[in-house]
Amino acid sequence: MVGIVIVSHSQKVAEGIRDMALQMARPGQLIIAAGGMDDGSIGTDVVKVSEAITAAHTGDGVVVMVDLGSAVMSTDTALELLDEEIREKVKIADAPILEGAISAVVEASLGSALEFVLATAEGARNFKKC
Amino acid sequence: MSGSTFEALAAIGQTIIRNRQFLTDLDAAIGDGDHGINMARGFEAVAVKLQSLGADKDIGTVMKTVGMTLVSSVGGASGPLYGTAFLRAASPSLGKYELDKETAALMLAAAITGIKERGKAIRGEKTMLDALEPAYDAFIEGSVAEKSLIECLELACEAAKQGVEFTKTIIATKGRASYLGERSIGHQDPGATSSYIMLQTLLEFARARE
Repeated sequence: MVGIVIVSHSQKVAEGIRDMALQMARPGQLIIAAGGMDDGSIGTDVVKVSEAITAAHTGDGVVVMVDLGSAVMSTDTALELLDEEIREKVKIADAPILEGAISAVVEASLGSALEFVLATAEGARNFKKC
Repeated sequence: MSGSTFEALAAIGQTIIRNRQFLTDLDAAIGDGDHGINMARGFEAVAVKLQSLGADKDIGTVMKTVGMTLVSSVGGASGPLYGTAFLRAASPSLGKYELDKETAALMLAAAITGIKERGKAIRGEKTMLDALEPAYDAFIEGSVAEKSLIECLELACEAAKQGVEFTKTIIATKGRASYLGERSIGHQDPGATSSYIMLQTLLEFARARE
C-alpha cells in the first residue's frame, strides 16, 4: 500500500491532519506526520521528513503532502538524503494539504498504485466547498 | 589560505549569531521575521557538532557536517537552502585541507547551483543569489587575472555587498516577501545579507591568518 507523509511547519497541523485522515484509513495503513522542529517550534525538519518517508515506504511508494513554501524545499532536500531506490518512488503532491491527504489516504486504502494516489491527491485542488 | 576550516566555520557561525537581531529585523520588514533566529539556531547547532567532529578533518567533511546540521536544525527556507549549499560545496573539497583558488571557485559554483535548484530561483529575484552570483563572477575575474585567494575574496565580497544594495531596488518574487509585491522595494534581502556576511567573515578570517 502507498504510504502517506504529512509535512507541515506545525507539529499540531501535521498530527491533526494525520488523525483526520486515519478515520478514513484501513487498519495498519501508514500515515506519518512530520511536522515542526524537534523542540516543537514552527518549521520543517529535513531529517524528520526523511525518516517519515522511510517509515511510510513499504515498497509501493510514498505520497508526500506539504503545506507552505519551504515544506517543498525541505522535502526535496530530504529526498536527496535517501537512497535512489526509495527516492524514485516518492512523489510530492501539488495539492491542498488537508483535502489532498484525505483523498490520498482513501485512494491508497483501495490498494491503488502510486501514480493513482498522487493523481487523486492532486485532484483535491478542484474540491468545491460551497 | 593556511589554517583550519573548522575555525573559519566557527568564525562564520559566531558572526551570524552576533547578527541574529539584525537579520531578524531585515526579515521582519518583508518576510516572516525568523531569518536571524533560524540562522543563529542553525549555527549554534553547528558549533556543537563541530566540537564533536574535531579540528583535524578535511574541508569537505566539515562542509558536509555543517550542511547536515543546518538542514536538521533550521526550520525556515534558509535551512534547506544553506544546507544544500554547504552539502554541495562538500563534493569538490573532500580530502582537501588547504583552500586554494580553484577549490574555492568550485565550491562556490556548486553551492550556487544547489541553491538555484533547491529554491527554483534565478538572479534578480531578491534572494541570496543576488549576493552570491556577483560574488562568484568577481572571484572568477580575479582568479583569471591571477590575483591571490585573498584578493579574489575581496573582489567577491565587494560584489556581494553591491548585490545586497541591489536587492533594495527590486521586487521580491520568491518566498514570503513575494506577498508584498512592490512594497518589498526599499528593503534589502535578508538572505542576500547573510550570504554577504558569511563571505565577509571568511575574508576577514583569511586576512587574519595571512
